[in-house]
Amino acid sequence: MSVNSGDTAWLLISTALVMLMTPALAFFYGGMVRRKNLLSTIMMSFAILALVSVLWVIYGYSISFGPDKGGIIGALDWIGLTGVGQAPSSVYATTVPHLAFMIFQAAFAIITVALWTGAVVERIKFGALMVLGTLWLTLVYCPVAHWVWGSGGWLAGLGALDFAGGGVVHVNAGISALALAMVLGPRLGFKEKETMEPNNIPYVILGAALLWFGWFGFNAGSAVTAGGLASSAFVTTNTAGATAALTWMVLGWINRRPSVLGAATGAIVGLAAITPAAGFVQPWAAIPIGFVAALLSYYVMLWRNRANKIDESLDVFACHGVGGAWGLLAAGIFATAAVNPAASGLIDGNGRQVLIQLVAIAAIAIYAFVISWVLAAILKATMGLRVKEDEELVGLDISQHGERAYGGITQ
Amino acid sequence: MKKIEAIIRPEKLDTVKTALEDRGILGMTITQVSGRGRQKGIALQWRAGEYRVEFLPKIKLEIVCSDDESKTAVDIICKSARTGKVGDGMIFVLPVDSAVRVRTADISEAVATTK
Repeated sequence: MSVNSGDTAWLLISTALVMLMTPALAFFYGGMVRRKNLLSTIMMSFAILALVSVLWVIYGYSISFGPDKGGIIGALDWIGLTGVGQAPSSVYATTVPHLAFMIFQAAFAIITVALWTGAVVERIKFGALMVLGTLWLTLVYCPVAHWVWGSGGWLAGLGALDFAGGGVVHVNAGISALALAMVLGPRLGFKEKETMEPNNIPYVILGAALLWFGWFGFNAGSAVTAGGLASSAFVTTNTAGATAALTWMVLGWINRRPSVLGAATGAIVGLAAITPAAGFVQPWAAIPIGFVAALLSYYVMLWRNRANKIDESLDVFACHGVGGAWGLLAAGIFATAAVNPAASGLIDGNGRQVLIQLVAIAAIAIYAFVISWVLAAILKATMGLRVKEDEELVGLDISQHGERAYGGITQ
Repeated sequence: MKKIEAIIRPEKLDTVKTALEDRGILGMTITQVSGRGRQKGIALQWRAGEYRVEFLPKIKLEIVCSDDESKTAVDIICKSARTGKVGDGMIFVLPVDSAVRVRTADISEAVATTK
């Protein structure tokens, strides 16, 4: 196999685009918390960017993509990137250096761990977050990535379609967020419905816009070639994000007013939903995919807010869990060989694909929920997950990091 | 000598300031404050659904003037800050012992007057 310079250039640029999504997520989440927890929330994503980058190179890539062990996990043969070099891999992205594919995948692992931090903001101990992030990457992300994308992975063998991570990234993080929030418990004042006002909605929009931008690398980059398929995924990505943003805006408008926070949320939900389907479906299919994603996610979020039972604070489940699961199902419905010869869904007369997609959703959801719950419960019983009550009241910026977002009184 | 503390709608500040100025009352200090009265608060939009904000942004206007002027000032503020809806604010009038002008260290009632 020889290296194609066009493919390599596109994959490296895509990697940089996906890397940017994690600091973008930091602002997306940071803007929605109270001002006393702005830095803490940003730091969660930023620290995970650094932490997972290193773990991925040491062992994460090997156990995710290394030689298959029973369809469940990769072997440690590629530990410390042994044998992962400038020549292409024989099984993954065979026209680019193996190192380029490895680092592209690193960016996915990073953002997936950062995604569920939205469920634990404003109350988790920073040290516990770092430990949880390490364990979760190792025991949840890496196995699931292997099942779906690893050569020999059991869901890949079953024929499950997940173009860029609707299951591996979004359902995985979304379901885990729910489990983590349930073990961690609600923020002080949550049950009493105390006002928890977003401190900076422009940050949310800034974050959402940069996520949208980075998503072109996420989805079109997942073609791992620079050609027609990447272009097709690029178009479906933009169309689904836009459709869901519009849909959410109208839903808010019917209820009250077209909210800015809502439009930003809608875009992210639509982008999450198109992720597993981006390189399998026609551009027109991105419109129903984005529309239904916004509808489902909106009502799940409304229900969670009104029920006021689980403090899944920034609705990672409603956005990514629901959006990703619908997207996986939609890939089974709308996938067509006219776009990608590798996949045919219901509209090509292959109804079985829908069932395979449902199996993938269920397998990832159950596994991620159970392991996340267990990991959080173990940490809760040992090192403790939550900050002390007075630390929570003061805010995590001061109590965990000794800093504040907005310093000075007058200048 | 009196101190007037008027809590008004932020959007009425310009109207109030101009009306006071027309009657020769120039000196004032303003502060951005949050508060609630009978208006209680408003509902703002969350991503789906809404949340309530109990305290609303207001402007606190502070004026120190003679006893006579204070009656005029209160009257002007009332008229110029009023919309007739809940949330127009409150005015408090307090006695003041003395006033000192920092530049000259003059202590007197005169320094506080607006003329």
